[in-house]
Amino acid sequence: MNPGIDLQQRFIETLTDFGLSDGISKLIWMPVPMLLMIFGATVGVLVSVWLERKISAAAQQRIGPEFIGPLGILAPVADGMKLVFKEDVVPANSDPWLFTLGPALVVIPVFLSYLIVPFGENLLVSNVGLGIFLWIAFSSIVPIGLLMSGYSSNNKYALLGGLRAAAQSISYEIPLALAVLAIVMMSNSLSTVEIVEKQAGYGILGWNVWRQPFGFILFWISALAECERIPFDLPEAEEELVAGYQTEYSGMKFALFYLGSYVNLVLSALLVAVLYFGGWELPIPIETLADLLHIPQDNAILQVVDASLGITMTLLKAYFFLFLAILLRWTVPRVRIDQLLDLGWKFLLPVGLANLLITAGLKLTLPFAFGG
Amino acid sequence: MNLAEGVQFVSFIILAVLVIGAALGVVLFDKIVYSAFLLGGVFISIAGIYLLQNADFVAAAQILVYVGAINVLILFAIMLVNKKENYAPIPRRWIRKGSAAAVSIGLFVLLSIMLTRTHWSVDLSVASPALPIETIGEHLFSDYLLPFELASVLLLMALIGAVVLARREEIEGETTAIVGELPAPALELPERPREPVA
Repeated sequence: MNPGIDLQQRFIETLTDFGLSDGISKLIWMPVPMLLMIFGATVGVLVSVWLERKISAAAQQRIGPEFIGPLGILAPVADGMKLVFKEDVVPANSDPWLFTLGPALVVIPVFLSYLIVPFGENLLVSNVGLGIFLWIAFSSIVPIGLLMSGYSSNNKYALLGGLRAAAQSISYEIPLALAVLAIVMMSNSLSTVEIVEKQAGYGILGWNVWRQPFGFILFWISALAECERIPFDLPEAEEELVAGYQTEYSGMKFALFYLGSYVNLVLSALLVAVLYFGGWELPIPIETLADLLHIPQDNAILQVVDASLGITMTLLKAYFFLFLAILLRWTVPRVRIDQLLDLGWKFLLPVGLANLLITAGLKLTLPFAFGG
Repeated sequence: MNLAEGVQFVSFIILAVLVIGAALGVVLFDKIVYSAFLLGGVFISIAGIYLLQNADFVAAAQILVYVGAINVLILFAIMLVNKKENYAPIPRRWIRKGSAAAVSIGLFVLLSIMLTRTHWSVDLSVASPALPIETIGEHLFSDYLLPFELASVLLLMALIGAVVLARREEIEGETTAIVGELPAPALELPERPREPVA
């Protein structure tokens, strides 16, 4: 395996060539991937909002946004501008501090979780050893923000919505963690980079989805529920609760919730691609292709092509799942709260436990296929 | 002091101030909801201190368990319970207050003595393990197996206790009042009266 491109090292080497000291070069490098990631996540949200509008329109035989830019591609930007210029209303008798803090607490952990999403061997913000566990830990902070905004709105629907949201995200965190745990057990590592590398080598046949089909379904259902997408969008169920915990929010505070939910959705789609569909790997391994074309592994052009193909593959896979999520949203009805909790606790949890047990057994009996 | 040490020092100061300030807030705020939210702040700041000590797994577990589960449950309890109670003034309340103060001061003195008597020199000869999570796992299943299993039994007991407390037996077959015939009863599920646990 060639290590691929290490942008960080190149960047620091270039700066030291200019005569800067090593520490200062590292200091200049440090914010670059973070800002790039925040920018990338925001652009990803804009794209997914546009996709949501276009796909929903197609599902309902409409055209969707058409005149705001080519193919209506600037519609999400116009949405954002509208929300920026709206009046920021804080309802009477509400708790202004908690009311402001709530949306921030919902958004920040989601953005922080982008730390671990790899687009290539060295193309991620930080290859921390905790990896995927960090994501689970961060996403467990979100319910506090939801409870905070529900409580501080001084509105019974908001409070109910906040409580529902927290209950939902706590109940679906467990099957989600169990599905991830099975993957981690197979990969012998929590790091997302290593999880992808364990799937490399055999192209599409080596991807985890063939070894973890139930885990994949489990993960996908729980991820949708964590994102409060429509089969599970009970916290904001318009017919029952107005808009749940978002009822009293307007302007940028509402925009933060909106942004957070889409960032979370893109993140979940990216993680499905990373955990189950080989991340940046091509369906046919690039080493095989290079051998067929008689290109040496350390060719510079090959490495650039490899890196850009890796980013493209990750995004393609992620946006395929985003498409599925949007299609699901516009084609299936909402479940009831008791059905939601029944599904989580009585179906997904036992299935997740059984999946974990079977994975452990297979790991012992078939160590060549299940990473023993 | 190089850059990394400076960053660590400043972060430690910030985290320490956050922990102490939030903990004081938990105790001193009148509104119990503020206390609960600030408790979450205390937990997160402590996770930050763990992170400074290179214990990243412990930090993440702290966030997951204490912030994600325990603090959310506390908040749930506060928001779902809507009980107003007028506390009758208790005669000789000063005995309680006095004993509480005595216990607190005693604890403070004890901890201060402990603080001054402990040698805080760090033993740097122990290298941090290359695979911290694997090392934790090995210790959990060898040296600390009994505490680990006892904790799991304790959690199982709590689980069963919660099921027993929350279970309601609804009476089957009892129809609710038809609209117009009788004034509809309050919106409650008919429930079998529970015999007190012996």
